[in-house]
Amino acid sequence: MSARAAWRLASLGFKQVYRYRGGKADWLAYGLPVEGAEAGDPRAGDLARLDVPTCRLSDSIDQIQARLEGSGWDTCVVVNDEQVVLGLIRAEALDENSWRTAEEIMEPAPRTYRLSKSLDDVARYMDQQGTDSVLVTNPEGKLFGLLMRNDLEQARAELEKKRSSRQ
Amino acid sequence: MAEKVYEIDRDQVRSLMAKGAQLVEVLSSKAYNAIHLAGAKNIPLAGLNRETAAQLRRNQRVIVYCADDL
Repeated sequence: MSARAAWRLASLGFKQVYRYRGGKADWLAYGLPVEGAEAGDPRAGDLARLDVPTCRLSDSIDQIQARLEGSGWDTCVVVNDEQVVLGLIRAEALDENSWRTAEEIMEPAPRTYRLSKSLDDVARYMDQQGTDSVLVTNPEGKLFGLLMRNDLEQARAELEKKRSSRQ
Repeated sequence: MAEKVYEIDRDQVRSLMAKGAQLVEVLSSKAYNAIHLAGAKNIPLAGLNRETAAQLRRNQRVIVYCADDL
């Protein structure tokens, strides 16, 4: 749509026309300044927990279990050196032989959401998949955090009150 | 002179805005009113014509954007 708009402006005689390829989604994904009725509403990135444990593909189950023990987490995100998400390991997968590696037991290519995703969209996905958490990444696929359903539902309830007061 | 449109990324948008470029969201007014880039005007594509474009300064850069896949 913006390509057509840009060329239309050019056809109207504008000589310095630029098209921002990434558009609104890209801008929001990087948390840059926005305005509008929903500008202050929380989004996935605002609620994601940043302290979710991570591991590498070659880490053993023993190592992962040690990392999770006492952390309060039952999930570990498999990332590379650039922090790009490669997989997800949930506690139930750790019941296997301890000599296996993260690469062998991980859930590969887990669904991720950008920081800018609306809470309603994430809730819809969680309902469909029956999951209690989703990964939040930046546009390059780098881990930002993990969004938990409890946090999401609490924020949505507050948002609903805010929306009601707007009307 | 042939018409030309320049493709730019986020960093270039910020740089041009700092130099006074005009920013235009071409999505619907509903989408614009909900949330838009700070400082952007709204001219929906369907309503973009000589009259609506008259609100833009011709001697200054114009950056257009859309992308509603949030």
